[in-house]
Parts: sequence; structure tokens; C-alpha cells
Amino acid sequence: MVLESRLTPALERCYLNTLELTLLIWVGSLLAGFLGALTGLGGGIIITPLLTLAFGIDIRYAVGATLVSVIATSSGAAAAYVKEGFSNIRIGMFLEIATTVGAVVGATFAARLPTTTIAVIFGVVLLYSAYVSSRGPCEPAGDGQPDHLARLLRMDSSYPTPDGPKSYHVHAVPAGFGLMFGAGVLSGLLGIGSGALKVIAMDRAMRLPFKVSTTTSNFMIGVTAAASAGVYLRRGYIDPGLAMPVMLGVLAGSIIGARVLTGARTRVLRLVFGVVVAVLAVEMIYHGLTGRI
Amino acid sequence: MNHHSGAWTDQRVEVIIGDLLRAGVLLAAAVVLVGGGIFLVRHGSAAPHYAVFQGEPADLRTPSGVIADAVALRGRGIIQLGLLLLLATPVARVAFSVFAFAMQRDVLYVVVTLIVLGVLVFSLAGGAL
Repeated sequence: MVLESRLTPALERCYLNTLELTLLIWVGSLLAGFLGALTGLGGGIIITPLLTLAFGIDIRYAVGATLVSVIATSSGAAAAYVKEGFSNIRIGMFLEIATTVGAVVGATFAARLPTTTIAVIFGVVLLYSAYVSSRGPCEPAGDGQPDHLARLLRMDSSYPTPDGPKSYHVHAVPAGFGLMFGAGVLSGLLGIGSGALKVIAMDRAMRLPFKVSTTTSNFMIGVTAAASAGVYLRRGYIDPGLAMPVMLGVLAGSIIGARVLTGARTRVLRLVFGVVVAVLAVEMIYHGLTGRI
Repeated sequence: MNHHSGAWTDQRVEVIIGDLLRAGVLLAAAVVLVGGGIFLVRHGSAAPHYAVFQGEPADLRTPSGVIADAVALRGRGIIQLGLLLLLATPVARVAFSVFAFAMQRDVLYVVVTLIVLGVLVFSLAGGAL
């Protein structure tokens, strides 16, 4: 039996047994991981809407399973990223103080807020990510006057280019730190990696080169997610039967996506993914406001 | 920083960490797959229960309970053990960074990294704000 409509989730009609549902969720997660890797947005952001809207799964289980998959993608991709030599471990580690504390705060909030409120917040964050995704990367100027705090924290570094290493300066460390705390709260609250917000903080506020901000963001996502995962585990949000297909699917999808990525033209894909995310966002907000989630 | 061979440069540290993380993720995925197989063979034909939130039973919420379930070869316990291994990969990354910064005699970043490790341990050991 295939899924017929969102109005009558498959689960409520009891057409699917655990094996069938697990396989369907695995396929969905594989696709999400694949698209997430190709667009750089990460698969996590569309898994929770998929699980809640299409499969009728409680948002708390969905968030717990997604959070686990976020860690898998982040740690799995690290080996590929570091060989390129772009990530800045000092910036990442310093900002991790903000994101991990934020994540514990967010995960604590998650248990106190009604699920409808979480769905609405999730929708708004999705809309914003869709906007960022459709706009694509911008290359900020990483030079100019060095920031005093950045120099004190020895954050300035260089990255490899075809013409040899190019050095860059880091700006607006306090603003970046504050934005990262916000990214951490959202990550803990919604079980997502908040990659979009992290890249914004490093790209636009701290004015890091794009490659440096995306690879450093990937490094930070796993550590941030681990900080909230502890809280989620104890609250009983992480269901092994559900997390299994999500984690294995997203991981496989992101590995395939990373292979295809080399040389792929992602402009159209980013746009398509942006539209999908926007539609899911509206659905999440609608379901949240009407109390049907 | 030192650049002669054998020194703990940022790049060398990152490559080691990257390989460490990938191995951890693959191990975790293998454990989850084994547990998933057992779970589906035993409970695949049952009706799923994810639509209504009940929260996991107490034994699947703590590391000691998960290990006990996994040793008893219960499918859900083995999956949860794999997920715990996965959770441990970023923690291992941070812990290794403490060591690497110490090797570089970078006291400032040893402190920064220890703070991050402290928050992670606080969260995983049962703290909440």
C-alpha cells in the first residue's frame, strides 16, 4: 500500500508493518541524505518534516532520530573535508563553546515546549534555510583590518589555492560567538545541524572564506549535536527502531552524494531543494498552527 | 608552530582525527545494522508504534542499560549501542584535540577545548539546565 495523502498518514491507517515502514523510511532518508550532501544543506533538515508529515510519526521521535543522523553525516564527512586543508580547528573549537552550551539549553527547552510550537519554529527555520539555499554562496572579503580578539585567539590562518596558500583575517568574533549560541539552541531544540545558520555566522559576520566556513561548520555540527543527544537519550526521544533506518539511510545517501558532487552543477539542484524545503516549511507551520502534529 | 616531520601540526592532527571519525562511524553503522537485522526479524511484522509518543523504556535511556540489553542480544539494545558509539565519535574528536593542543604547548586552546569537553561530558552524564 502506498502513501495516499498527508491527511491520512499511513500509520493511522495501519497498512504498514514495522518492516515495510522501516524500508520506506530508509529510502526516504537515503534521498534526503543524497540531496543534503549535493546542496550542502544537510539531509537532517527535511527528515523531520518527512517523518512527521508523511509518516505521521510523533515529532519528538522524529527529532531524536534526525539528531543521530546529523552526527553520522558530520563525522562521516570529516575525513574527506580535512584532507583539503580548509577547516580551521581553532575557530571551530572556540565557537563550539557557544554551540554546545546553546545545544544543551535548546534540548532542555524542547522538553518543555508543546510540540505544536516546535513545529512552527521548525517551519520558520526551514523557510529561512530555503532562502539561504536559493541564494547560494557568496565570497566575502577575508582581508582588511584584523580583529583584536581574533588575533588574541590566534584565529587568523591561510587556506590552499592553486597559487599557494592565501591568508585571511577573522572579523567580529563576539557577533559570531553570539550567532553560534543561537545556532546551538536551534540545533538542540529541533534536532538539526543548523548548518545554514553556522555558515551565515562565519561567512557574513566573521567574513571567513566560503570553503573555510563550510568545512569548519561540518566539524562543529557533530560536536553540537552530541551535546544535545545526551539530553534526548535520557528523555527517551531516541527510538532505536526508528533511528536505525534514518541513520543508515542518511549516511549512505550523503556518501553517494559526496561522490557525485565532484564537478556536478548544483545551481538548479539548490533551487529545486529550496522549493521542496519551502513547501515542507509551510506544511509544518500550518500543521503546527492547527494543532495537528 | 613546528613544521618538521613528526610534529603535531594542525593539518596532521586533522587527518588523524578524520580517519578516527570515519572508522568510528563505520563501526557504529555496522553495529546498528546487526541490531536492526535482529530487531526486524523478530518484530518486523508487528504494527509500528511511533505515532504516539511514550518515551523509551528506562533501559534504553542510559549507557549501562543499553549495554545490558546489547549483551542479552536484544535487537533494540544492539542498535542503541551502535548509536552510543556514534555519539562517542565527536566526543573522541574533542578529547583528541585536547591532547593535540597540549602537544603543541598551546595552553589557551587546551583550556578552550577542555571547556567544550566539559559541556559534552556534563550533557552525556545526565546534566540539564
